[in-house]
Amino acid sequence: MTEQRACDVAIIGGGIVGASAALALRRMGFSVTLLERDRCGSRSSGVNYGGVRRQGRPLSQLALSQRAHEIWGRLPELIGTDGEYLRSGHLKIARSEADLAALEAYRERSRGFGMGLQMLSADMLRQHYPWLGARAVGGSFCPEDGHANPRLVSPAFARAALEMGANIREQTRVDSMVHDGRQFVLSSGTALQVRSTFLLNCAGAWAGAVAAHFGEAVPMVSSHPVMAVTEPLPMFMNLSLGVEGGGIYARQAPRGNCVIGGSQGYALDEDRARPSREALSLVLQRTVELLPRLRHGHIIRSWSGTEGYLPDREPVVGPSSTTPGLFHGFGFAGAGFQIGPAVGEVLADLVQGGTTRTPIAAFSITRFTQYANPVFRR
Amino acid sequence: MTALTKVVIVGAGPAGVRAAQMLVRNGLRPTVLDEASRWGGQIYRQPPLNFERSKKTLYGFDAARAESIHSTMNGLLAHVDYQPDTLVWNAEGGQLDVLRQGQTATVPYTHLILATGATDRVLPLPGWTVPGVFSLGGSQVALKFQGCAIGQRVVLMGTGPLLYLIAYQYAKAGAVVAAMLDTAKLTDQIVALPAMLQQPTVLAKGLYYVGWLHSHGVPLHSGVQPVRVLGESRVSGVVWRDGQGEQTVACDAIGIGYGLRSETQLADILGCRFYFDDLQRCWLPERDDVGRASVSGLYLAGDGAGILGADAAEWAGERAALALVADTGGRLAPKDSARALMLDAKLAQSRRFRIGLERAFPFPVHWAAQAPDDLVICRCEEITAGDLRRTAQATGTVEMNRLKALSRVGMGRCQGRICGVAAAEILAHCTGQTIQAVGRLRGQAPVKPIPFTVSEPPALGESP
Repeated sequence: MTEQRACDVAIIGGGIVGASAALALRRMGFSVTLLERDRCGSRSSGVNYGGVRRQGRPLSQLALSQRAHEIWGRLPELIGTDGEYLRSGHLKIARSEADLAALEAYRERSRGFGMGLQMLSADMLRQHYPWLGARAVGGSFCPEDGHANPRLVSPAFARAALEMGANIREQTRVDSMVHDGRQFVLSSGTALQVRSTFLLNCAGAWAGAVAAHFGEAVPMVSSHPVMAVTEPLPMFMNLSLGVEGGGIYARQAPRGNCVIGGSQGYALDEDRARPSREALSLVLQRTVELLPRLRHGHIIRSWSGTEGYLPDREPVVGPSSTTPGLFHGFGFAGAGFQIGPAVGEVLADLVQGGTTRTPIAAFSITRFTQYANPVFRR
Repeated sequence: MTALTKVVIVGAGPAGVRAAQMLVRNGLRPTVLDEASRWGGQIYRQPPLNFERSKKTLYGFDAARAESIHSTMNGLLAHVDYQPDTLVWNAEGGQLDVLRQGQTATVPYTHLILATGATDRVLPLPGWTVPGVFSLGGSQVALKFQGCAIGQRVVLMGTGPLLYLIAYQYAKAGAVVAAMLDTAKLTDQIVALPAMLQQPTVLAKGLYYVGWLHSHGVPLHSGVQPVRVLGESRVSGVVWRDGQGEQTVACDAIGIGYGLRSETQLADILGCRFYFDDLQRCWLPERDDVGRASVSGLYLAGDGAGILGADAAEWAGERAALALVADTGGRLAPKDSARALMLDAKLAQSRRFRIGLERAFPFPVHWAAQAPDDLVICRCEEITAGDLRRTAQATGTVEMNRLKALSRVGMGRCQGRICGVAAAEILAHCTGQTIQAVGRLRGQAPVKPIPFTVSEPPALGESP
């Protein structure tokens, strides 16, 4: 027998975006069914680096990111766990005068968004962070950015939504979806059929297929960051570390393990990814340059994930251009963990009133669909 | 078979050595990678070069087999590319990643025989993290490799044939075996007798050990439930329970083991399909009767793909090598074709014998129900049984990888190789599921920890 469900909002994807949307919608009183083909938060939302960072984002994202910052500040009351979230500060170092100038220019441009960026000289870096190895000509510090444990945070959003009455269906793959003119009809095999007024596309790196299904294909590609973790080490690094220009990032979890990431692995199949040996070796090498004290440490585990990138590295957040009632939230270019909870709230706003107080015009899907032959700047 | 065939064998225990021998006999020159510094595997582990003790002292009844494996490999050295002290920590795209003396390298292959062996299957009991508690296998390694005992007055506990073998070896070596505590009941062994008659010589060996231990006054208690290890900074004794209530025996070291656990991570990383083996109560990589895995070009031999014991490992190594030769277009000599048939028969017999052994020394299925909340399950991350139960209950977790993500169990240096068995038992019990239903931890590289600085980082052209 096929189980029939009717609800206000159906959500495809139980990552941090879909789960936080489910939570926000339940708080507004909407009935919600969330369909997750695996386990909530088991993909990029749960296996990412764990950076909770505003610094470095394009200005277009900072209002959204700031909204997320406020949500992160209320994490325990919202999802019942602090998820090891620490406002440790985020330090981005520059290795050349040009990089330093870029950091300074960013600080100027991003004034007014409340990040309170502080420029640090090479001497100050050495003084405050003697464990920093690579020669840095300076850095930019964002005191209230930080890091968290994605394994704990993302599933907790789904559990909070569940406790608020959302219908969370794990291991439920959506096999067919249509809008029949009145409502959305989603099916998972012959087991479940869901009818809803609204549909949220929060399917992460796999969201492109949903958009294409509703006639608005986007040029999204997948990327697979290399992640690795050390055995627990004595605490020495109380912040999250990045490098202008990218390439490597590192943090030390409260347990003492250093989590490092960078470069790119490869797709094992459509669903799974792995670090490649070359990329892993590059990441280890770069980490030792950045943090020489790890030279004698050990890597106990490595992994990767699958993240969706659009050509302009901006996400798609907002209404569908083809199907009323469909809203998208995907394509975060490897930086969705921090803003995910705000995107969930924005999607809930859109369901509730068709608008949101957070500017999202830059993330419209129409930037890919309104041109016959779009030319993308990479 | 073409000149492009490049065979790599991982492991130089009984399965790996016999596989190498058969490949060489058929004109191949395999590479043999082994984590140990000398060949022989765990069971026929050799002492360091400067130790000189007789094979009879080291291996007892198995001296002839040990000698045969050792001398076979010795004779093969000119015909294989033997790389000792080599950890295979990852595999990708037809190449193995190895770590040797702090350097990583890759070893290409077209065909791979995994003979990765096994380690102890351990179930914790309160106090098991006190210094002086070893695994049964570890206790045996101390004796074979270092020529020392884990203590002067030793208790050996758990279940499985190794329990009796090691008790015998310890007593022969002059240690006081204060007690053997077997969680299996004598009735289990009696019921298992018919199946064990499949390999009467092995059975006879076992009976000899039991008889010898009995006649030398080594106390054996069957059907026990281990309660706790005594001692703070060092083991001082162990408490167990049986029909007569709680009992205590004083000792300064304990060896624990509940049979063996196949080392399957590499097969997992290589993409092998796994199945749940009811008999051995664990997930194992699929292999056909001759050792072919579900991945083309990959063969599994020995205890690394399901426990069948050292003799069967030799046969499985030979058999997999013969299958490989045939699969690569090689022509088996008539005597090898005949040998293949004989090996098939011996392996089938071993599988029947195994059914008897598992009956004789059954896994203590009630262990999880009896594990107290404050019992440490994961030593690396200090996760208790109570932590696991609370996590499962608070989060609705029913699956092992999710339990790992939420509780940290299996996230430490051992990556679940030691604690995974016990954690799965706890999760299955507290969620009312079968052990099969909770799934298995996914294998992730590195198979064992690897150092950051595998080679000096390139100079940055800058001063510190």
